[in-house]
Amino acid sequence: MNNTMETTDRLEVIKKRKKKIPTEISIFLVLVGIAILFEILGWIVRGDSFLMNPQRLLIMILQMSIIGIIAIGVTQVIITGGIDLSSGSVLALTAMVTASFAQQSDYLRAVYPALTDLPWVVPLLAGLLIGALAGLVNGALIAFAMIPPFIATLGMMVSARGMARAYTDGQPVSMLTDQFTWIGSGANPVIIFLAVAVLFHIALKYTRYGKYTYAIGANPQAARVSGINVRRHLIMVYAIAGLLAGLAGVVASARAGTGQAGMGLMYELDAIAAAVIGGTSLAGGVGRIAGTVIGALILGVMLSGFTFLGVDAYYQDIVKGAIIVAAVVIDQYRQRRRLKAAA
Amino acid sequence: MATVTAEDTTYDNADFILEVADVRKAFPGVVALDNVQLKIRAGTVHALMGENGAGKSTLMKIIAGVYIPDQGEIRLKGKPLQLHGPLDALKAGIAMIHQELNLMPYMSIAENIWIRREPLNAFGMVNHDKMHRMTESLFERLGIEMDPETQVRHLTVAGRQMIEIAKAVSYESDVLIMDEPTSSLADREVEHLFRIINDLRSQGKGIIYITHKMDEVFEIADDISIFRDGQFIHSAAASDMTSNEIIKLMVGREVTQMFPKEEVPIGDVVLSVEDLCLEGVFSDISFDVRAGEILGLAGLVGSGRTNIAETLFGVTPPTSGRIAIDGKEEIISSPHQAMLRGLALLTEDRKETGLFLGLSVEENMEMAVLRDGYTRGTFVDQSRLDQECDLMKERLSVKTPSMDERIGNLSGGNQQKVLIGRWLMTKPRILILDEPTRGVDVGAKAEIHKLITELVKQGVAVIMISSELPEVLGMSDRIMVMHQGRVTGFLGRREANQVNIMELASSPVAPPAVNA
Repeated sequence: MNNTMETTDRLEVIKKRKKKIPTEISIFLVLVGIAILFEILGWIVRGDSFLMNPQRLLIMILQMSIIGIIAIGVTQVIITGGIDLSSGSVLALTAMVTASFAQQSDYLRAVYPALTDLPWVVPLLAGLLIGALAGLVNGALIAFAMIPPFIATLGMMVSARGMARAYTDGQPVSMLTDQFTWIGSGANPVIIFLAVAVLFHIALKYTRYGKYTYAIGANPQAARVSGINVRRHLIMVYAIAGLLAGLAGVVASARAGTGQAGMGLMYELDAIAAAVIGGTSLAGGVGRIAGTVIGALILGVMLSGFTFLGVDAYYQDIVKGAIIVAAVVIDQYRQRRRLKAAA
Repeated sequence: MATVTAEDTTYDNADFILEVADVRKAFPGVVALDNVQLKIRAGTVHALMGENGAGKSTLMKIIAGVYIPDQGEIRLKGKPLQLHGPLDALKAGIAMIHQELNLMPYMSIAENIWIRREPLNAFGMVNHDKMHRMTESLFERLGIEMDPETQVRHLTVAGRQMIEIAKAVSYESDVLIMDEPTSSLADREVEHLFRIINDLRSQGKGIIYITHKMDEVFEIADDISIFRDGQFIHSAAASDMTSNEIIKLMVGREVTQMFPKEEVPIGDVVLSVEDLCLEGVFSDISFDVRAGEILGLAGLVGSGRTNIAETLFGVTPPTSGRIAIDGKEEIISSPHQAMLRGLALLTEDRKETGLFLGLSVEENMEMAVLRDGYTRGTFVDQSRLDQECDLMKERLSVKTPSMDERIGNLSGGNQQKVLIGRWLMTKPRILILDEPTRGVDVGAKAEIHKLITELVKQGVAVIMISSELPEVLGMSDRIMVMHQGRVTGFLGRREANQVNIMELASSPVAPPAVNA
């Protein structure tokens, strides 16, 4: 009896001694490292500080906050083991629809001349509704028609972009009310982004919604046998991802003061990249909002840093692509290690 | 540490086909094997025994070239081996039948067996006719009756297992490693496997045989080596050991009673099933289960036992028939509804339908109770969950460094306890256990049996499916036997024995039922 106990204890002690660094901390260190790298390069190349410029930092975070809002929705989709390619296009569609309900009455070519000068809530709700509907369609296709998420959301990505263009025959929707554009003014997008991040951090960690999301990603069959209504939950997850893409559309159009069908091009990929860089596993069951926020910040710092150093946009894309691939390589490596540990 | 007794004397003058000396293997944070030795005589079956996590599978993976040891030596027929991958081992003459099945479902049986070794014609293309003939002659030798052109995805788990075995034999290796080859085989197929093993033994091969089943060991093994916690413990001829000695060496303590069945007052009928059918799978299933009763479900793999469990639990709703709980007819069309009516199902396949492998112990345990009493609105009551999960962990004596440990890092027995805990937290009145002790070590097995006894004492009605006849016989009050989707008979605790269960399990003709 004693022998077994001692040896088991010994093994467990060894196991415990291996302190695991939370993924978020290591990603955060990467973020700090990249920032410091740009700081040093900044002094060498331009003789100027990269970090000691509040203006630049605010612009950087502003740029990232819209992608960040999408990325939060995409993160929970990826945790269920799915993917959402439609968020950039849904953003464009909602930006168009939202803007059309936010036009000023003195603008002669309004989309709905009878519906101008509406209070800001109307365009906001319209945007959220359109986004949620698009997500609902994604979810229903995946849960009931059993279409792989990649295909279902690819279809939505193409269709929603087409709808955004068809909505006004490709014309931009401009001259928006001041109370609507206030939503996107100053640091408001950042505040909205952080509020959504906190909300979903809590939702994923402390609610049934969150627990079920992880369970479905980890093992959908076991989730079903545990009494979870997997189909209903998946629809909800995709609808919420659509809702957040819609919110991003509202913020984007409010900030730009216009709705344009070309908005949010490739944002879905940046959002997926932010989630993956932040440690969300494409295999499902793993991922945290904090990681995604840091992942979005890493993308932001890269963009801002390269611009600051005067690196050409083409080269920026090359590096960005490499970083996304590197993040997935690391994810694969982590998974293999997990599997090995489980074996 | 217990005294390591490598009894070389047993094998004086023996002809070792495979020797393993001083092997050590560490994974990040865990020493899986330390100072391990093993000697396999040619023309023998050598059983490897130990609880889950004892290091048997790791050692076999080292011998098969899957893992590279940190130190130590492997000698095949006296010559040191340097293995850099599974292919090296195969080429050297060591073949392994893995516990998990590694076949390609959309390829034919023949293609699966001869993959990487396909016979070619003059143009360098695969010679299908020759491959077909090679497969046929291999099957003839092994007594397997299957069409080599069948796609593997059409085979049952047992059929796939036989293909894996045939494939390993086809390498004509000197050493054959079998890691729990019978875990998915029914008794008749096990007999078949043993015939194949006996044949290989007489050809002078060395066979390493990992199993948890004691009766198999004494039936097939010549030598036995026992491992515990990554250490080599003991090696001896099978004829010199008793099962009690083996168990004692495996767990390092005595397991006094394997099946602590106690007589428990049996109450009213809780679950009553009448003419239940699932088209194409099972039909005309009728039985009752009473409070405090354990109804054993026996039958060969594929007889429909698991399907009945899944239908009762709403996973695959029946096509016809009635289910009544406390005399009231109920329609159960989803697991959620089954749970609301007091049912719980521990599923057969831990990895497929039980575990959330990437998640923590606590997340795995709490997943079925995130409803009444454990939630406030949409928020889960985490402190109450923490408390109850801790209590459950104590009650089931789950061995884990912490509740936040990833469940994949626990041993099979502890994983199973966590899953049982998941269902006990739902406070079920009818508990269906599908292979509750499969792939679980002896110590945990006894604990699970004790727990089942405790539950029936509290008036829970238990339906227990098991492929292990001693378990069914030891635990059940009554045994329902199935064959090809039909009930072939009921046996009371006193009248049941291995022989009459097997008779019913393999007879399509239903003798007069003696259902109570």
